[in-house]
Amino acid sequence: MRLRFEVKNHSLEQYRFTARLTVAIGLVAFCFVFLLGRFLYLQVLKYDYFQTLAENNRVSLVPIVPNRGLILDRNGVTLAHNFFVYTLEITPSKTDNVEDTIDKISQFIEVSAEDRKRFKKLRAQGHSFESVPIRTHLTETEAAKFSVNRYQFPGVEIRSRLFRHYPLGNLGVHMIGYIGRINEADVKALETSEDISNYKGSDHIGKGGIEQYYERQLHGTTGFQQVEIDADGQAVRVLSSTPPVPGDNLVLSIDSKMQEIAETAFGNHRGALVAINPKNGEVLSYVSMPTFDPNLFVDGIDADTWKTLNESLDRPLINRPIRGIYPPGSTFKPFVAMAGLQEGKRSPPFSIGDPGFYTLAGSSHQYRDWKPGGHGQVDIQKAITVSCDTFFYGLALELGIDKLTGFVSHFGFGKKTGVDLTGEIGGLLPTPDWKWRRWKQRWFPGETVIVGIGQGYTLVTPMQLAQATAALANNGVAMRPHLVSAIQKHNGAETHMMPINKLDEVALDPSNIELVRAGMVAVTQPGGTAASVGAGSSYAIAAKTGTAQVVGIKQGAKYNAGGMDERHRDHALFIAYAPAEDPKIALAVIVENGGHGGSAAGPIARKVMDYYLLGKVPNAPSGEGSKTPEAPIVEDGPHD
Amino acid sequence: MINEFLERLKQHIDPFLMGCISFACIVGLFVLYSASGGSIERVFSQFLNITAALVIMALAAHTSPHYLERIALPLFVVGLLLLIGVALFGEISHGARRWLNLGVGRIQPSELMKIAVPMMLAWYFSKREQSLRWGDYAIAALLLVVPVGLIMKQPDLGTALIVTAAGFYVLFLAGLSWKILAGGALSIAVMAPIFWSLMHDYQRKRIEILFDPYQDPLGAGYHTIQASIALGSGGFAGKGWMNGTQSQLDFLPERTTDFIFAVFGEEFGFLGNALLLVLFLLLIGRGLVIASQAQNTFTRLLAGSITLTFFTYVFVNMGMVSGILPVVGVPLPFVSYGGTSLVTILLGFGILMSIHTHKTLMSTS
Repeated sequence: MRLRFEVKNHSLEQYRFTARLTVAIGLVAFCFVFLLGRFLYLQVLKYDYFQTLAENNRVSLVPIVPNRGLILDRNGVTLAHNFFVYTLEITPSKTDNVEDTIDKISQFIEVSAEDRKRFKKLRAQGHSFESVPIRTHLTETEAAKFSVNRYQFPGVEIRSRLFRHYPLGNLGVHMIGYIGRINEADVKALETSEDISNYKGSDHIGKGGIEQYYERQLHGTTGFQQVEIDADGQAVRVLSSTPPVPGDNLVLSIDSKMQEIAETAFGNHRGALVAINPKNGEVLSYVSMPTFDPNLFVDGIDADTWKTLNESLDRPLINRPIRGIYPPGSTFKPFVAMAGLQEGKRSPPFSIGDPGFYTLAGSSHQYRDWKPGGHGQVDIQKAITVSCDTFFYGLALELGIDKLTGFVSHFGFGKKTGVDLTGEIGGLLPTPDWKWRRWKQRWFPGETVIVGIGQGYTLVTPMQLAQATAALANNGVAMRPHLVSAIQKHNGAETHMMPINKLDEVALDPSNIELVRAGMVAVTQPGGTAASVGAGSSYAIAAKTGTAQVVGIKQGAKYNAGGMDERHRDHALFIAYAPAEDPKIALAVIVENGGHGGSAAGPIARKVMDYYLLGKVPNAPSGEGSKTPEAPIVEDGPHD
Repeated sequence: MINEFLERLKQHIDPFLMGCISFACIVGLFVLYSASGGSIERVFSQFLNITAALVIMALAAHTSPHYLERIALPLFVVGLLLLIGVALFGEISHGARRWLNLGVGRIQPSELMKIAVPMMLAWYFSKREQSLRWGDYAIAALLLVVPVGLIMKQPDLGTALIVTAAGFYVLFLAGLSWKILAGGALSIAVMAPIFWSLMHDYQRKRIEILFDPYQDPLGAGYHTIQASIALGSGGFAGKGWMNGTQSQLDFLPERTTDFIFAVFGEEFGFLGNALLLVLFLLLIGRGLVIASQAQNTFTRLLAGSITLTFFTYVFVNMGMVSGILPVVGVPLPFVSYGGTSLVTILLGFGILMSIHTHKTLMSTS
């Protein structure tokens, strides 16, 4: 009975299924007929129309590349702009024999081996229907010469393209960055961010610095033209046109004159300098030495120049302020001192008698002071002024690594500053937790001891050090550092000021601020480690010197700068803010293998501060320099 | 021994389907050679894809439908978990989160659902066959909506569409009442504005541009305009193999993958298109015959759904290339470059062959 029911049900279901299947067949038939109809319409009825379109296809839509925004300094001096140059371009798909054509062209216009090389490279990257420049920067005469003979060269034409130019050349190249040809990785990135259609016709994209970080603002919106063309591919008339929207102009907080003074002050030294307005976070100078010419990259850099730059021992391509990491050395001490004071560990009249070394209980290892024999009786203020290592060894241990790093992290150590540049790294503020994750090793008390003088694992970028100094100058309030202070619409109609934001804030006792400041001011006065830096200054400079070891020195051995390979000499560090009582500028300077902070890095800082605060230009007729008559002759300390 | 193995292999392969598939694959390789600008590496790599997919098809053909019925539920659950995994830990590439890295390799679980969803629904209806009620359709709809929602969120509109179609065909063939179908159509019309607001910007743009490709001729409308020009200029007989100017001159984007049909249409014209339609029609027809001859509810529904899903691939791809449907990422079976969807499609045909050739076994068991 039941079986029969199932069988019956089965056939009912089968019947229903067949009915549905019939409907589905109808749907399939309908859709296929519809498709066939569409093909008929496109390929038979509208064939002529599409055939014409296809013939004209290659020039029917012409993208119009927008003008890239300008980059200006705080006084309106142009740092990056564009100008039109004539280029001679070949469209491979319209040319029978590209090599022959180039040979023939060279009878009229000079074509160098470099030009041929670049053409080959660009041709391999692009599509065959795109025109590729064989010569750029044609002179009027060359352009005229070619135009007369143009009929001999199908598929070759003169175009005018916008070229990016950096009028000040090397100046501030790491901050401004440069543009370069769009490569495959760029295309992928543009596809991901769905900006690719805005780059039709664009050849270049920001590759570093401001040019890269603000690519979106600088590029603008691509326009396009629908052009009717004749059989030769010549435009007859414009059918419709959507104009491009030029990119926005960027105004930097940098003063190009001050930038020049800072870069010149480095001489042949490698290093970095970052100066910040502590009150609003404006970056005033951003130096990475040595520099290179960004204009080399615009037209496609040639392989030899690239190799020289890339393989140079001086590493000019490295953006030192945000990507160079250095041990902070003794420049770390004011921050440790502040930690000690805030935690109530070293409030005056606390002082130590410094024998010239420090030992941990139960260990014979001597943590040496830089000054053999020690500094005598040292309180917190003197500890900063003479850079007493012994004082800070003990303080660090008493604070403990967690409290110490926890406090100084408010000044931005161990994290990115968030400055408006791509590729910043965050340095390193070591903790037992970090060491365990990184090395699977326990933290030793001795490691805490050396963190007290900015050695050990601790690493900072010059940007971080400047930012920390700015926060110290601003009484514990850290402002977000930024290079771009305003964004202007292309016609100048609208200016959007960049917001000024607080990054972090740590409450500091006013009397503690005063103690650390007094210690730092004394650094640039007779008896301090950078007395010569403050000599003859009309304003008070709060500063701290530092050195960072490049090679380790064995216990008992002596550091002898003269007898060492130059690249093994210590890095010189210097941080400062001024005027000490109402800071308008805070900075950090690092001179690689410069030796001592006070003598190598300090004078650079002084020149920058003199210009910013007094408008004084070095080597001006007034004669500013080390031989100021009224300055007392003071020897800087031999170390730190 | 080897002969015996080959003999056993042949036993479950449907010669008619196999013939059509082989022919379509060969046509596909030729078109790919032209579309890739004469890249033999591309063709070879696609040849390897086809070989792998054919092996999987043969394995599926040898798997008894009984076994498929048994794994329908676990397969669906695994697929669903993997989809949730993608939503939580998936790798983002090209702005979409579609891949899941399992350590041994990357997989795209949404692709699995093109088979797992119809299997699950066919299994469900075959279980509820005796006492099918209105509520069963609601549950089935839920089984469909959850994976589709997850795929939409990735976002992968093309795959979501195929999975929806595959599931819907099972519901439809299982006898979903016309009243509900009409009601569903009505509610879609009502829900459309809501969906519109939920869509990603680029999806919305694609639909807007379907109606007016000249709105963004350099951007999203570029595909549609260029594809129409390529097809239209192909004319009645086509420009000839390797002679399609639009395709050879790089005007066509994605011309080896989703838009390869435009290359075919330009080079082989209306005639070629019509013949390709006939070839696909033969495959669909054979699939529907297999479905109508299937001996139980599960195999019937599954065979029907697989066949109609294959039809959906063809219609949506050709429709989008010829500008009557919006641009969604659906490949043209056997012709578009790429291994993932090919595996899924041939797996489907393997199941069809299995359903057809295991018939007698089933009736005796």
